[in-house]
Amino acid sequence: MKSLAELQAIRNRMMDRVNMRKDDNIDTRVVVGMATCGIAAGARPVMLEFVEELKKRGLENVTVAQTGCIGMCRLEPMVEVYVKDQEKVTYVHMTPEKVARVVNDHIVNGRPVEEYTIGAQG
Amino acid sequence: MDLIRSHVMVCGGTGCTSSNSAAVIAEFEKLLAEKGLDKEVKVVRTGCFGLCAAGPICIVYPEGSFYSHVKVEDVSRIVDEHLIKGRIVKDLLYKGALEEDKETVKSLDNVDFYKKQKRVALRNCGVIDPENIEEYIAFDGYQALGKCLTEMTREEVIDVILKSGLRGRGGAGFPTGLKWKFAAASESDKKYVCCNADEGDPGAFMDRSVLEGDPHAVIEAMAIAAYAIGADQGYVYCRAEYPIAVKRLQIAIKQAREYGLLGKNIFGTDFSFDMDVRLGAGAFVCGEETALMTSIEGKRGEPRPRPPFPAVKGLFGKPTLLNNVETYANIPQIINKGAEWFCSMGTEKSKGTKVFALGGKINNTGLVEVPMGTTLREIIYDIGGGCPNGKKFKAAQTGGPSGGCIPASELDIPIDYDNLLSIGSMMGSGGMIVMDEDNCMVDIARFFLDFTVDESCGKCAPCRIGTRRMLEILERIVDGKGQDGDIEKLEELAHTIKATAMCGLGQSAPNPVLSTIKYYRHEYEAHIYEKRCPAGQCKALLNYVIDPAKCKGCTLCARKCPANCISGKVKEPHVIDTSKCLKCGACMDNCKFGAISKG
Repeated sequence: MKSLAELQAIRNRMMDRVNMRKDDNIDTRVVVGMATCGIAAGARPVMLEFVEELKKRGLENVTVAQTGCIGMCRLEPMVEVYVKDQEKVTYVHMTPEKVARVVNDHIVNGRPVEEYTIGAQG
Repeated sequence: MDLIRSHVMVCGGTGCTSSNSAAVIAEFEKLLAEKGLDKEVKVVRTGCFGLCAAGPICIVYPEGSFYSHVKVEDVSRIVDEHLIKGRIVKDLLYKGALEEDKETVKSLDNVDFYKKQKRVALRNCGVIDPENIEEYIAFDGYQALGKCLTEMTREEVIDVILKSGLRGRGGAGFPTGLKWKFAAASESDKKYVCCNADEGDPGAFMDRSVLEGDPHAVIEAMAIAAYAIGADQGYVYCRAEYPIAVKRLQIAIKQAREYGLLGKNIFGTDFSFDMDVRLGAGAFVCGEETALMTSIEGKRGEPRPRPPFPAVKGLFGKPTLLNNVETYANIPQIINKGAEWFCSMGTEKSKGTKVFALGGKINNTGLVEVPMGTTLREIIYDIGGGCPNGKKFKAAQTGGPSGGCIPASELDIPIDYDNLLSIGSMMGSGGMIVMDEDNCMVDIARFFLDFTVDESCGKCAPCRIGTRRMLEILERIVDGKGQDGDIEKLEELAHTIKATAMCGLGQSAPNPVLSTIKYYRHEYEAHIYEKRCPAGQCKALLNYVIDPAKCKGCTLCARKCPANCISGKVKEPHVIDTSKCLKCGACMDNCKFGAISKG
């Protein structure tokens, strides 16, 4: 260890690997429906894509979690995004391709992607 | 590796390891690999979570689900339900982690056991992988060392420690900053920094847990201490009975060397420091500072008179700084967060937090860390969950064989160094053994004295001979052969030993006797004058009696009695021949009519 900067570099690199254990700095939760219906409809690739995309952007304050059946199996894969102090947003019929936009528009820029949400199903 | 979405933290401390957590970890790894989840779920073997009574413990992040008593066969359910489908397996959760409706899951901080705790020395225990230096770094590790070496002078470092008010966590409570100052002031070509990890008090295991759960904190703190006093070599003296702690510490030292955090020119400065582990061979006296250093030197572990104090003439005759594991564990955070932060916790003269090892007759056996000034009632009832089976709390023994008993009447005293001394006990290393109404206080005193007699090194007469004479008197009393004047003789011997023994072991050995006489003199008197043990513990003073009015003559007791000393005809009251009775209690345990009592 030759300098503080070197230490800082290790710290930054490790941060996102341990971040989920510090609950105080989590402000957004992405919850993927992973009951039988969700898995059958392809929720796994969606969840993995979220993890990948968040990692790529270095978003440390977001966690990805799973949940059971939300009750509307025909709309799976479903993803709920909880931003701190805001109403949750429910996305339906998610695909890995849609993930990047949700992360970019909603999680980073705070604008939910209306056309993917449950409300747009009519 | 990059797609980790969930962490399964399984406790790998000594407590959970002995309840088979290693097999639980292996099962997790096996099942996750079988299901192809090993790239997205990481299993981490951590240090102690504190709630050893509920082990093996496993916490799943990001949800923070607290599973307790996890058995190998439970693992597949956690993997299938929680890790694949995201459904928390509520019936496997720690029961205190659920709200009263048995449905809502509490967050970890709201579990009763953790609610009143403040984890400073234990902050990383159960949170990081102790065998991975990078996880420690991610949780601000080695920042404090970097700050000291690059931004602070030696004097400034000592000043922060002085101002923090930190006192030695090994027992006596000497101000740590002052110790550093004395060691820094000694002129010498060579100085040493030592860590006392020879935790010998029966019932104490906080130092072990720090070393098992967060070994780098101790290494970092020792390096900071070495910088402050001008040392370049450190030794951790750890008891060999702690194999997991020793192994993790050795791994941590090796990693710190690889990362250049030990060795030459750390952080590009001219400061160099390295350290090694020395193992104790199981002698209690080696926890005493001068005996500890004598033992590191390779000689028989015996204390020597002070002064000269170690800060002047210590290890190999050179100035030496010696602190306890828990003391060191506080140092990096004091440097990072400042003396004011540390001062904001605790009481006027005792700052910060203290870790206690709760044991004995208590529901939540384990490790708790609370701010100084927390009352015994909060520790025993709010955190510890009270005595099992609804028994009445009688006393808490703190400070191990050097400490004393705190009776129920003092439950509301705020715990700090000075208050404990004023009621005849001491902080000690932090073992806290809880006793209920079934514990005989004379027998407790005898137990601790038996320990110190065994562990006395024999160098000075007061300890070698005096404690043995005291033990003989105590054994006589519990045997029903106590005589008038025994209590006074015990007190006289105790005061003489305290005043004349050479080291802390002897000086404090009579404490358990003195404090039990102080608060439970009536129990001593009952043993001596009435030949009766009020708690029903001392076998020699016990008699089992069958109440003829309640006995139905079922013969069960007679059949269970290993000594065949119960006689009587079927359907007629039975009688115990007390001259042959072994006082094992089997008859009383088996009687279905409550006809047998002891007294």
